[in-house]
Amino acid sequence: MTKITLGKAINAGLRAAMEKDPKVVIMGEDIGKLGGVFRVTEGLQKDFGEDRVIDTPLAESGIIGTAVGLALRGYRPVCEIQFDGFVFPAYDQIINQVAKMHYRSEGRIKMPVVIRIPYGGGIGAVEHHSESPETLFAHVPGLKVVSCGDPVDAYWMIQQAISSDDPVVFFEPKRRYHEKAELDESVPPVQPLHQAKVVREGTDATLFCYGPMVKTCLQAAEAAVEDGRNLEVVDLRTIAPLDLATIFASVKKTRRALVVHEAPLSLGTGSEIAARVTEECFYHLEAPVLRVTGYDTPYPPSRMEDDYLPDLDRVLDGVDRVMGY
Amino acid sequence: MSESVPGTPPEVFAPVEAPVSPPQASEEVEFVQLLTPEGERVEHPDYSFDLGDEAIKGFYRDMVLVRRIDAEATALQRQGELGLWASLLGQEAAQIGSGRALNDRDMVFPTYREHGVAWCQGVDPLRLLGLFRGVDQGGWDPKDNNFHLYTIVIGAQTLHATGYAMGQQRDHAIGDAENGEATIAYFGDGASSQGDVNEAFIWSSVFNAPVVFFCQNNQWAISEPIDRQTRIPLYQRAAGFGFPGVRVDGNDVLATYAVTQQAMKRAREGSGPTLIEAYTYRMGAHTTSDDPTKYRLNEDLEHWKLKDPIERVHAYLTRHAGVDHNFFDEIEAEADKIAAVLRAGCLALPDPVLTDFFQHVYVEETPQLAEQRDQFAAYAASFEGEG
Repeated sequence: MTKITLGKAINAGLRAAMEKDPKVVIMGEDIGKLGGVFRVTEGLQKDFGEDRVIDTPLAESGIIGTAVGLALRGYRPVCEIQFDGFVFPAYDQIINQVAKMHYRSEGRIKMPVVIRIPYGGGIGAVEHHSESPETLFAHVPGLKVVSCGDPVDAYWMIQQAISSDDPVVFFEPKRRYHEKAELDESVPPVQPLHQAKVVREGTDATLFCYGPMVKTCLQAAEAAVEDGRNLEVVDLRTIAPLDLATIFASVKKTRRALVVHEAPLSLGTGSEIAARVTEECFYHLEAPVLRVTGYDTPYPPSRMEDDYLPDLDRVLDGVDRVMGY
Repeated sequence: MSESVPGTPPEVFAPVEAPVSPPQASEEVEFVQLLTPEGERVEHPDYSFDLGDEAIKGFYRDMVLVRRIDAEATALQRQGELGLWASLLGQEAAQIGSGRALNDRDMVFPTYREHGVAWCQGVDPLRLLGLFRGVDQGGWDPKDNNFHLYTIVIGAQTLHATGYAMGQQRDHAIGDAENGEATIAYFGDGASSQGDVNEAFIWSSVFNAPVVFFCQNNQWAISEPIDRQTRIPLYQRAAGFGFPGVRVDGNDVLATYAVTQQAMKRAREGSGPTLIEAYTYRMGAHTTSDDPTKYRLNEDLEHWKLKDPIERVHAYLTRHAGVDHNFFDEIEAEADKIAAVLRAGCLALPDPVLTDFFQHVYVEETPQLAEQRDQFAAYAASFEGEG
């Protein structure tokens, strides 16, 4: 068993999916010889050929629109969008075609399309390279939206997403691409794709997070021990649909909830969790559900991103507030 | 900035300087024609019609029947039975000629106006009405007739067609002009301005995908004339993308057949895409919600009436193929029968039930959606028994 980075785990997951099913094709900009700007697809074109690992022209609507056609033909396309902020030229094809085709056809047509999007900030990048647009997809009926928070999940979740007959928008925490963990490929995944996992058991409050914020929240929980607080951390993994059963169970245990995400505050994942928890766990709550998130501004110039992004201190500040009720 | 006061006329800016050269798009440059509006056969150096009079009689029947189906659907809309209808009036030759040039393995990606192509592919006309009546959003299985669902977002289907053609390539289904397969994407002159259409041109070109782009230039995108979409004839755009483009008389069913047949063969044998611009005219409104009298001249319509796609075949069959009135009468009777069946079928379409449609959102339904469906079902059930 060896340590593997999150980026390499996705690469291994893609490779496993392509070996298992000859209908899996991957497509995107610079994914062939270069192996993608983050090298996530490195070596795949060499081993699977140019017909299955397709360097596309630079047009995102074209990537998704042709993926729709390939899916209609029986293929399972995995599309790479190079950066979060570049997905919007494809938004029409994703919202109006990928998401609605099964509904429009009354179930006759399936759209097993995976859209991989490296997302989130913290890498000192220029504009359009640090965004967290997950809610813009999670709000759309017909799409499923997930995000992996560690290399083991990355390896299994990408394969589960590819075998899903529903379209999946797969958000990859780009600043965690180089995080390492032990991966034993012979141990099957514990969770199905649309299930959250408790990554740290606790009793005093629950931190709900996903993607890049999982590591941040785990660090915050460790730091909170010094303050005598025993925090539970739940990696949501799936944003659409949310795994409400796991969320409710945790809140009923800890009675306090804090949602942490990089995306802006209003109408975000935290908003939905707060609403659901209020509906289902009203009499269990000791405090309102609080949120620690990015602000309702466009993603700022990177010299200010440390102030924009939730970090350990802001999460602990949120914990102080949720414990203060 | 001063605030606008109700009742004061809006500020009108001086028009920007007119372009130095007039647009060329609607100039009648030479196109492929094999049957004149008067019903006379003409030869073309690059294209010939390789079928006989029996086939032409078949095309005539197709065109009359789809025009009748179209008229019946328009009437159903006027009577409140359809919410909307997009008429194909005037475009019968473009659709029947191209539709009849396909083999039974070719795949079709239509807009929402390809009722004639649907007919050629064997789609029950009643199935086309569901979308417009509001009982479904495409009530047929594309696999049954190799005819994809109608696409309403302008131009989106050209990318689907290109991707599908890339699938045909990967399945090694091409390489034989007759027995191979290819894909045809329909779109209009308005769609030619869409990014998706231009991306489809690029994709198909660089991947050499077996797809034929069939543009029905009917001169109007709702109220916008072709000059607002292009300054050059549309077919000439293909050259910039690196594949052949051809303009065909879209009201000549022999020519649209011959041109499409050649382009499909080219695609099936692996020689890549072709752009066909079928030069035609939208004789009716954009849809039943539109009012063309607000933006175009009646004389244009009168001018195009002389080029009617059906009349010219009628003239040819009468004058040159010895077809007598019995043939035409039989087709009229058949058309009336089909229209009556269509009307009865439309009125009998069952109203859909919302609970059923919850299930179509996902292959694997989410717990949240199942809960919402159950809540709706319980809410709806609470009214049962009430008058």
